Amino acid sequence: MHSALAAIRFGTGLSPRIPAPDGPGDVIAQLEGPDRALEAFPALAWSEAAAEARDWSRLRRARRDGPAEREAYTQHNRHIAERNANEVGDIIARGAVTDQPFRERLAWFWADHFTVTPGRGYLRASVPSYQAELRPHLSGRFADLLEAAVTHPAMVIYLDQSRSVGPNSQKARNRYGGLNENLAREVLELHTLGVGAGYKQADVTELAELLTGLTVNRDGSPAFNPKAAEPGPETVLGRTYGGDPAAPDDLRAVLRDLARHPDTAWHLSGKLARHFVSDRPDRGLVDAMAAKWLATDGDLRAVYSAMLDHPAAWSERLEKVRRPVEYLTAAFRALDVPVPRGRRLTNAILRGPLNLMGQSLPGAPAPDGWPEEAEAWITPQALAARIEWSMRAPVRMQSQPQPRDVLQTALGPLASGRTRFAVEAAETAEAAIGLVLASPEFQRR
Amino acid sequence: MDRRAFLIGCSLAASPLVTPVSFAAAPGDGRLVVVILRGAMDGLDILQPYGDPVLAGLRPSFEIGPAAGNPDLDGFHALHRSLAPLTSWWTGGDLAFAQAVSTPYRGKRSHFDGQDLLEAGTPGLLPLSQRDGWLNRLVGVVPGAHGRTAFAIGRENMKILRGEAAHSRWAPDARLELSAATADLLRHVYHDDSLFRRSAQEALILSAEDPGSADLKPHEALFDFAATQLRADARIAALSIGGWDTHQSQAARIRQPLERLATGLAALRQGLGPYWDRTAVLAVTEFGRTVRENGTKGTDHGTGGTLLLAGGAIRGGRVLGAYPGLAESDLLDGRDVMPMRDVRAYAAWAMAGLFGLGRYELETTVFPGLEMGEDPNVLA
Repeated sequence: MHSALAAIRFGTGLSPRIPAPDGPGDVIAQLEGPDRALEAFPALAWSEAAAEARDWSRLRRARRDGPAEREAYTQHNRHIAERNANEVGDIIARGAVTDQPFRERLAWFWADHFTVTPGRGYLRASVPSYQAELRPHLSGRFADLLEAAVTHPAMVIYLDQSRSVGPNSQKARNRYGGLNENLAREVLELHTLGVGAGYKQADVTELAELLTGLTVNRDGSPAFNPKAAEPGPETVLGRTYGGDPAAPDDLRAVLRDLARHPDTAWHLSGKLARHFVSDRPDRGLVDAMAAKWLATDGDLRAVYSAMLDHPAAWSERLEKVRRPVEYLTAAFRALDVPVPRGRRLTNAILRGPLNLMGQSLPGAPAPDGWPEEAEAWITPQALAARIEWSMRAPVRMQSQPQPRDVLQTALGPLASGRTRFAVEAAETAEAAIGLVLASPEFQRR
Repeated sequence: MDRRAFLIGCSLAASPLVTPVSFAAAPGDGRLVVVILRGAMDGLDILQPYGDPVLAGLRPSFEIGPAAGNPDLDGFHALHRSLAPLTSWWTGGDLAFAQAVSTPYRGKRSHFDGQDLLEAGTPGLLPLSQRDGWLNRLVGVVPGAHGRTAFAIGRENMKILRGEAAHSRWAPDARLELSAATADLLRHVYHDDSLFRRSAQEALILSAEDPGSADLKPHEALFDFAATQLRADARIAALSIGGWDTHQSQAARIRQPLERLATGLAALRQGLGPYWDRTAVLAVTEFGRTVRENGTKGTDHGTGGTLLLAGGAIRGGRVLGAYPGLAESDLLDGRDVMPMRDVRAYAAWAMAGLFGLGRYELETTVFPGLEMGEDPNVLA
């Protein structure tokens, strides 16, 4: 039972091929060594995605110049649409086949914590590249992950930082632009301290001034523009940073302090526990994680260990509901069939159904990410989409295993008597497999 | 109580489907639609007080007032031109606004807390486990209300209806088609898990009902589905429109959500037919935006905002509430529209008339701690 729990709660589900971890040590060990899932399904670098976005703009402007230009534009669009479809498939495929599934769960968790929603311009087709560039920092110091996310061009563009200008900067003196506090607010509210913490509007404004200068070059690469930077000093949470002239290191210093702040430790320990273990986690579990966070200045691997070593993390009650992406990934892992490639199949089997289930890839629609609570996911309309998928998608993928084998590989010791009965009583093999995948014990973890 | 009895108890309390629907039980004829405008709609851009000369100075790059093509409403306020199709509703008495409204939320200007408080309808945010939504508490006090009285529509999580009172949820594009035998087995598999059991049962019933009209855009389909339910047993519907967080290039970015609001409301009116006259729509947002445009031709999170009221049951053609002024000394924290009245007071007065509720229930149960104050005569 312990091993099945490790596979579903801290992994991407049971597999007929990949053994389930044997306990906390096995789970943590998955963070060692190279990132094998990313090696198997590599992501495009942000710089390459940005180059393609520039190509797109150039071809789009030229598309009315003649038939060849129009054709080039059409081809490019087709290429990007195909790539985007395969990037959705890659996200699920990494989770379905990896032997480091805890790492994959963390990649999803932190990509969601630092949500960037696809949008216009450089955000049109590049969010998976941004998310992949957070992966080297999943189990190091939180300060490094925070800096990688907050200063990444994707985040800088997403939360309007690229055009924020310090009110006393050289640019403002030339009457060009002004302050935009969007990123500063989300750093405090979502990324670090949490909205319940004791920061004030003045802290938001001062942090926004510290963030000025952080921008992107015309080619989408990260940049610091001293002409837009507000001369210091600025005071955030009672501590003073920077001077005149402003420097990128001022920002690094405030992010380091926010990363080890006790409110951040509590906020993020609670969020991890709510995500992995329970919508209403055991207080002792969160205490142990936050204490470890403070003792190690936010060493994420140590915090994960504190979670995995706590008995409350191993309760046999399956309190969490798999999010749609986790749900589809677990189904592919259990059925052991390849994740579809190409635009047509991806839309039919992955993207369309995920939208109906309430979760679109690659990212949430707003900076606060996806909800955690079971009730937010198991609405009648979203559950209908899950059941429809479980009944129809396996057939479509020409996966024709024996229903009893699916019961065993997908659920193992977790299968309930009711589900065992239904598999035997179902009128077709498709319905039997569908009932296994639709069962509460397959949708929970 | 053993586990089985407990689960059965839960299902009776929470299933929307156990209360038989009958004429005698129908909770009156009034209908309430709440549209949540997620992302903080800029009230000063929707209902532009162009008669105040200060406004143009605060927003030099914005297109303000009739001179920029926005329909004039009353010689002081103009309607954003993307809402121009609703101008005839204003003159016909089916559209009104309340200016300078807010929830009790102050200080941090977080979308997510702001929306949570807007949907909770409480003076402050309770711990997560104790939170429910004000429309859910309304269902609890409307006489004769049952599981099909209130609908949360769409794929978003409508916290405004969260809570103990039975209600229905559905998205018009959802389907669940199973053979009778497979549906029975599914019920068997879900029997001991009340969350799955309730949701599946509702999905099986709702997906068997008529699909809505084709040729509607997705947001119009939401409003059309609301109309279909409100023509039948439903009296309360909640849905949402996002896209209002216009930190940059507001003129371009606010157009789409406004057009969605206008065409959605038109689909609702069309779908409701004669029931439009008994319907009140409240379009509410978590807070307003800064009175000054920011450095990127947008606006940042503020406080006082604007409430849009529509429907045949509304006494329209009016702007409700006092105008706070936009001079430096009139602003909240030197940046936001000063809220003049709690948005919940307008909603409470609307519900009082639509559902025949008394002040006591509204001020203690639906909006605990609210002072409804003087009757703004929201309804016709």
